[in-house]
Amino acid sequence: MTKKTSDVSRRSFVKGSAAATAAGIAAPSIFVPHATAAGAFRNDPGSSKTVTLGFNVPQSGPYADEGADELRAFRLAVKHLNGEGDGGMMQTMQPMNLKGNGILGKKVEYVTGDTQTKSDAARASAKRMIEKDGVIMFSGGSSSGVAIAVQSLAQEMGTVFMAGLTHSNDTTGKDRRRYGFRHFFNAHMSGAALAPVLEAEYGRDRQVYHLTADYTWGWSQEQSITEATAGSGWQTVNAVKTPVGAGDFSQYITPILNSGADVLVLNHYGKDMVNSLTQAIQFGLRDKQVNGKDFQIVVPLFSRLMAQGAGENIKGILGSTAWNWKLQDEGSKAFVKAFGQEYGFPPSQAAHTCYVQTLLYADACERAGTFNPEQVIRALEDHTFDGMGNGETLYRGEDHQCFKDVLVVRGNQNPSSQFDLLEVQDVVPRAKVEYSADLYPGELGPYKV
Amino acid sequence: MDAILLQILNGLDKGGAYALIALGLTLIFGTLGVVNFAHGALFMLGAFCAVSLNKMMTASVKVKDESVTFFEAFKEVPYLELWLGETGTTLISWSVPLSILLAIPVMLFIGLAMERGLIRHFYRRPHADQILVTFGLAIVLQEIVKASFGANPHPQAVPEMFSGTANVGALFGLGDNIVYPIWRLVYFFFSMSIIGMVFAFLQFTTFGMVVRAGMADRETVQLLGINITKRFSIVFGLAAVVSGLAGLMYTPILPPDYHIGMDFLVLSFVVVVVGGMGSLPGAVLAGFLLGILQSFASMNEVKSVLPGIDQIIIYLIAMVVLLVRPRGLLGRKGVMED
Repeated sequence: MTKKTSDVSRRSFVKGSAAATAAGIAAPSIFVPHATAAGAFRNDPGSSKTVTLGFNVPQSGPYADEGADELRAFRLAVKHLNGEGDGGMMQTMQPMNLKGNGILGKKVEYVTGDTQTKSDAARASAKRMIEKDGVIMFSGGSSSGVAIAVQSLAQEMGTVFMAGLTHSNDTTGKDRRRYGFRHFFNAHMSGAALAPVLEAEYGRDRQVYHLTADYTWGWSQEQSITEATAGSGWQTVNAVKTPVGAGDFSQYITPILNSGADVLVLNHYGKDMVNSLTQAIQFGLRDKQVNGKDFQIVVPLFSRLMAQGAGENIKGILGSTAWNWKLQDEGSKAFVKAFGQEYGFPPSQAAHTCYVQTLLYADACERAGTFNPEQVIRALEDHTFDGMGNGETLYRGEDHQCFKDVLVVRGNQNPSSQFDLLEVQDVVPRAKVEYSADLYPGELGPYKV
Repeated sequence: MDAILLQILNGLDKGGAYALIALGLTLIFGTLGVVNFAHGALFMLGAFCAVSLNKMMTASVKVKDESVTFFEAFKEVPYLELWLGETGTTLISWSVPLSILLAIPVMLFIGLAMERGLIRHFYRRPHADQILVTFGLAIVLQEIVKASFGANPHPQAVPEMFSGTANVGALFGLGDNIVYPIWRLVYFFFSMSIIGMVFAFLQFTTFGMVVRAGMADRETVQLLGINITKRFSIVFGLAAVVSGLAGLMYTPILPPDYHIGMDFLVLSFVVVVVGGMGSLPGAVLAGFLLGILQSFASMNEVKSVLPGIDQIIIYLIAMVVLLVRPRGLLGRKGVMED
């Protein structure tokens, strides 16, 4: 038996090495985990006349209404960035470096994707946008589970993610990422804003029953409301987790009737909130008297779209919201006018945050003078701006969370128009909802990936 | 005691929907021997009959909304309200019950077209082929509805007299504190009536007698010169109507979207298997039984002992029943055993 020796000659080895090197150079950037040359970065538009953004929103599933409105806002933002229309908030934004000629002189184009409100589908869609469509930034939201999943993808791929609607403390808490930014408020801020109003309206020492969407946002919301109202002597009787998209909540609502609770907190959003609130009203909860008090329902996170879905049932119910189309500051008025002229109805809070995020990203590129994500991230961190609704706002560098005024709203008893579904009960100043970045500790990760 | 009564009621209205779908599935399986995975889509199409009629009745004219000054906004005022005032509003609120009149012919036509146009070509094919083709059909129907009505759910209102709650506690001598939504009670009685009508139709009419004979021994009935195939086609149409009505009346309880049928289909198949393949009383019994058990599994007292049991109870019961009674609760020997 003879041992087979290698038949690779020196000449063929050199040839093979050269071919391998050439193949490496020619390999498309999608196979390269990160660009190696100094200053190079993924999906650099280079000398191209256009730059592509990705809008990854739920177009189906329980948050589809919000997704549709987010997409409208993104389209409007692109229009304004490219110098079309009246410019919307570009007339009021301070500081403002946008010129209405796209971003850094490149016309803005966009691609869209459907997250289906599922983390795996959202990641697949975002990955396709980055690898196939070459997006320089992607945005979108409506589920914190999805936002957290795609945010970690953004970090892995070195592409900036400007989160849309995501309200869990975890997004900029334990799951914060260097490449992820949130303009929207969070559950902690909802709790801080709502608690004093709840005590003033419904009194101290209430017995609370939570129905909670069983994922990161629901848990976060339940925890924040419980902690914020503990000082008012509000005690949790029971906290029941419900699956997202449960549809029929009757089996979760009937146990409340005899639980001894006199307040129901619905930690649900979108279609789930519309269904659970409607069914809670159908079961006569609001007509009950328990412990000698009128039974109350609280929806910590409200939106006009949900109010529209819930119809009459929303009237008189308290909650918090990031923004409302009736705000009278110049930025909000400019945005509502532009959006209303385009679509015939006012924007939702989800639309507002997505529109603002797109402009903020574009403005950061202009200030950085480059699309290089490392420089753009540094331009966004600790950036203070105004004229975009909610007063002066800070993008805190430590956790990439925006801090601004929060609204406490109530389902309007006497709406003056079909859109006048929420009345602003209180504008809680930014100082009252601020907290230390260490409260929800996490690691942002590196600038260079 | 209060909590138990409420969970029984919850189980009965949910069980009503399961029983109606399972009844239709069993009728088709018992007559034509087809495992129809498109049956959930029939439930969904019935629900969209209600949505369609509501859309027709709320066909609107755009009127400028003077209260919005930021931009040019319009509100939609239904023609029926413009022409008939309060009567128009009342008529619109009755759109769900009125859509029964629309759904019966529409669902009968859809059922017959489905059977004659596609499913009859698969009678002699293996069950696996039937499952694949009907599942494919369900996806096609779903996508058509999604393209026509969008992905979002369409909430449906109930007439004023059926909104609100009924004091069921007083009815059972348990005090005034136990209330239950009237429409859910209506749904339960509606499903019981439909089940009763289907059984009466099969039991007390000549047509029903022939169908039952065909289910027992198809060849002998054919040798007697009776066109059993034609009658079975009509039974398919009847099953489509039953499922459609179940979906239609469920719309005020759960706003329908294009996926609603698929959500019910999986559970309904479990119901059929637990009840016993081909057994109509078995399907009804298992429908209500699983609906009630599912509701009880959601009670906090149960979940504190067995966390997550509400998510798996139906499948757990199916496993136990099939281990103890492999043919299901009221299953017959020889059905789907070849």
